[in-house]
Amino acid sequence: MSAEHELYLKRLKRQAALKRAAQIILLALLLGAWEGAVRLGMADAFIVSSPARVVRTIASLYSSHDLFPHIFATFLETVAGFVSGTAIGVAAAVLLWFCPFAERVLDPYLVVLNALPKIALGPILIVWVGAGASAIIVMALLVSTVVTVMTVLAGFIETDPAKLKLMATLGANRLQTFMKVVLPGSVPTLMSALKISVGMSWVGVIVGEYLVSKRGLGYLIVYGGQVFKLDLVMASIVILCALAAIMYYAVAWLEKAIDKRFGRG
Amino acid sequence: MNEDTAVGLYGVKLVYHEPSRETLAVDGLDLNVRRGEFVSIVGPSGCGKTSVLSLIAGLFQPSGGRVSVLGGKPGDAGSRVGYMLQRDELLEWRTIEKNALLGLEVRKKLTRKTRAKTLALLDRFGLGEFRRSYPSALSGGMRQRAALVRTLALEPELLLLDEPFSALDYQTRLILEDEVRDAIIKGGYTAILVTHDISEAIAMSDRVAVFSGRPARVRREFDVDIKGSAFERRSSPGFSRLFDGIWKELRA
Repeated sequence: MSAEHELYLKRLKRQAALKRAAQIILLALLLGAWEGAVRLGMADAFIVSSPARVVRTIASLYSSHDLFPHIFATFLETVAGFVSGTAIGVAAAVLLWFCPFAERVLDPYLVVLNALPKIALGPILIVWVGAGASAIIVMALLVSTVVTVMTVLAGFIETDPAKLKLMATLGANRLQTFMKVVLPGSVPTLMSALKISVGMSWVGVIVGEYLVSKRGLGYLIVYGGQVFKLDLVMASIVILCALAAIMYYAVAWLEKAIDKRFGRG
Repeated sequence: MNEDTAVGLYGVKLVYHEPSRETLAVDGLDLNVRRGEFVSIVGPSGCGKTSVLSLIAGLFQPSGGRVSVLGGKPGDAGSRVGYMLQRDELLEWRTIEKNALLGLEVRKKLTRKTRAKTLALLDRFGLGEFRRSYPSALSGGMRQRAALVRTLALEPELLLLDEPFSALDYQTRLILEDEVRDAIIKGGYTAILVTHDISEAIAMSDRVAVFSGRPARVRREFDVDIKGSAFERRSSPGFSRLFDGIWKELRA
């Protein structure tokens, strides 16, 4: 390695460290400003809570054995909604790719379903599947499925026509074309669909919990708002942020692993 | 039609339909390619040269006339017809070896024997050490060689070459023309090359068919009676005479 290259690598490393430091400092500044504003009496802790009170609330939730049951309830609902929503969405996209006529027929219905705010279906869901965890999961499923179908199908359809011609010249049937070209070629689209779907599942679950639940982070947020315990609301949101970030990075990690597997990375 | 004919086009007509119009792409086209012969098709761009290859490959049906390929209908010949596209169209997520084996997989002909033959082909075209590499690691020329191996792996009798060198830089192009001509002669393939490059057509083939503009038909055919490799042909005195002849015919 030349001295110049070493210097270059060093500079890269320094830039990465600088970025990370800036991110941490920004977070510290925000938290400090929040805490400081409350301590100095510039903001009312009753209305805006404060970092210290958030930590205290989480600690008291933990000692009363309330913390993990709520986190678990929300987390499980989200995973269930995400997995089933993605599976159904991808399966539907595959079926529609194999049957272009159905795809053309159903296109406007999909567009309307996508544009419809799924919250509006809440009351119907409660009547149909009951006011419990299943209604929440179905809500998450609905929100993530439609967007998954649209994104994945668009990825399938965008397959390079020249690649399809290649498969035609090799005498491939539709199934072979799908398995060898369309599906592997759509892996990047599938991955971004997963990322969108994770976020959508959180939306669905929290909305579902607002509507029906007696448990979970969404329930804590609504309950905290109703009894004016902003500490509880803020604490739940902080936990939610952490959970959503963990799930997003899990998917991002999966994406990287698959990229490497296909020699893209 | 006699035994000797590999590809015969008889009064072929092809119409493209779009909602706004229909286009007569090919009309009254007659072309005969003997077994083991290498014929180039040159013509103005957009004249329907590629459509003719698609007709021979059976990718779509003529609107009129008759096409015969290796003694049967186009499309019936299956893996006896190999097609090389303008770009290599290697699948980025497959290694070079897996790309080369794609046709055998699709035709369900992947055996230990055909695999060994394909690997030998990769070696022959200097791709042996890249077997486990992904296409993104290879130069344009190497990629097109891998595409050639993918085509030859199915052991076709008839090769359809659709401007396979047009995306390459000039130097790589000359080298590949030489290699491909060599492979075609040694392998005893029948070959049809579509190109817009007159010198490429003369350097590579036994006969050059000049197409008219749309609707395409054969305007005139030139026999290339120059000996040697593609390189040697380019520097022979007969080369520029033929070039002038074809050029005049194209511009007429």
